[in-house]
Amino acid sequence: MSEGAIEAYGLVRDFKKGPRAVDGIDLRVETGEVFGFLGPNGAGKSTTVHMLTTLLPPTAGTARVGGHDVVHEGPAVRAAIGAALQEAALDPFLTGREHMKLQTAMHGMSGDEARKRSDSLLERVGLTQAADRRVGGYSGGMKRRLDLALALVHRPRILFLDEPTTGLDPQSRTALWAEVQRLAADRGVTVFLTTQYLEEADVLADRVGIIDQGRIVAEGTPEALKAEIGRPSVEAIPAEPEQLEQMKAVLARFGESVAGSTKGASVRLAGGDSQLANVVRALDGEQIKIQDLQLHAPTLDDVFLAKTGRSLEGAAEEAEQPEEAVAA
Amino acid sequence: MSHRTFLRQVGALARRSVVRTLRQPAMVVPSILFPLILLSINSSGLESATMLPGFPTDSYLQFALAITFVQGALFSAMSAGTNVATDIENGFMNRLALTPLRRIALMLGQLAGIVALGSIQALTFLVVGLVFGAGIAAGAAGAVVIVAFSLLISLAFGCIGAFTALRAGNGEAVQGIFPLFFAALFLSSMSLPRNLIEQDWFRTIADWNPVSYMLECIRSLMIDGWDAEALALGFACAGGLALIAIVAAASALRTRMVRT
Repeated sequence: MSEGAIEAYGLVRDFKKGPRAVDGIDLRVETGEVFGFLGPNGAGKSTTVHMLTTLLPPTAGTARVGGHDVVHEGPAVRAAIGAALQEAALDPFLTGREHMKLQTAMHGMSGDEARKRSDSLLERVGLTQAADRRVGGYSGGMKRRLDLALALVHRPRILFLDEPTTGLDPQSRTALWAEVQRLAADRGVTVFLTTQYLEEADVLADRVGIIDQGRIVAEGTPEALKAEIGRPSVEAIPAEPEQLEQMKAVLARFGESVAGSTKGASVRLAGGDSQLANVVRALDGEQIKIQDLQLHAPTLDDVFLAKTGRSLEGAAEEAEQPEEAVAA
Repeated sequence: MSHRTFLRQVGALARRSVVRTLRQPAMVVPSILFPLILLSINSSGLESATMLPGFPTDSYLQFALAITFVQGALFSAMSAGTNVATDIENGFMNRLALTPLRRIALMLGQLAGIVALGSIQALTFLVVGLVFGAGIAAGAAGAVVIVAFSLLISLAFGCIGAFTALRAGNGEAVQGIFPLFFAALFLSSMSLPRNLIEQDWFRTIADWNPVSYMLECIRSLMIDGWDAEALALGFACAGGLALIAIVAAASALRTRMVRT
């Protein structure tokens, strides 16, 4: 089997005053693939990225990126990768063009070559007009796009994006997604993308790895992972609120209860979506008037729930609790 | 990495360091204004000190002008430290670490920003002093030596600021060392020549305080002309401190900018 663009075996990272951040990760990302690394805050995503990009030596395990060992061949790994790490790392006092100039100089480019590369990347990310403005006045989306352009200066084969759309408005998020998709499709760039957004992983990733508490709990294509969980859920809201309990009792015949609107009841359909007609008939048989009824396909959150016993959103909130509160 | 690429990196980082320093008026203006305010207060309020037997000059402005150069250098520490701390906190250091950059290039680039700010300070203090009647006994060559010496002490204190930021990784620590610098300045021969300090404990501290010799190096050029001993002691103290600070900052950078 040929070597993957990114390979890790038993990757571990311990910190002196904290829990094990990454606890024996194995993963393989194929060349040209967009790999989504999905997990809540504090799951170990950024620590993994730091190890794979040579910024943090692993405590144990091995990893090869672009065919090079991350511990023993750091410079070769860095030559093969580009990275836009969490929060756009930019200097507010420099302009976008000055950032490009600095980055091209760091990679040994000069003169015409550097200028052409800068102009073409600024145009690609839609920052030509704003190139001579100081970055301190850029919006969050513009900063992220500049961050991406800087990561691409030396034409990397592998791109690491650590939560690239956190804090962005929906429009900026969609624009960045389009750019990532173009990079993968047109240039064959391998993309390793960490995110805590289900939709982002669903839209962008060819394959997803779900990480929780330093371990990969599920890995596969979004479709396969959802198919593994399999069953859709149905959510119904009664037209008359006093019929809610009755509605819950009827729905309970079709599967386990799941979280949903407080005005209605939701169950995961044990028999799949073919049960929907039976649900409607049963509610009609009990003379329960329905205000709204929706069938929800399984999501990656359902996969996370099935693998960890918690929802992704709940896990994120838990990660944000102070340590004392969690311990209590 | 080729020699040319290395020079290109140093040049780009130096330019960035200078540009970002000059684009922060809140960092440049106080570093010039506060020493000048202190100078005006001291030279008007302490003029009578010149009547003390053995005081080296009859103009307190002439005596106190040296303080502005050292005080300006202390502000360099804040400027350099804050800039480095910001780079660490916002991830800019990691961005640089992912390029084929050599740490020494980053260090040299940072020093360029310190030198730029130090040059602006030294020239301003010199011009203001001359305009208000201070003289330079060592002449034009003495003025050049004063500017060069100012850059050396700016480098020394700037590297202490950079070292603090690199070790602590945040701007608060840099703010924290500022009062210590000022204590070092006040416990020196800042206000009086050491032989005129009456309190034994104060004089002893001032004798051991390298800041005294930095002040006296500048003063000697302004008041006495060419005094080999004062120059040697001043340059030895400033050069020694700069060397220690640069080595310490380079070592802290190696620890901070970890990559395999």
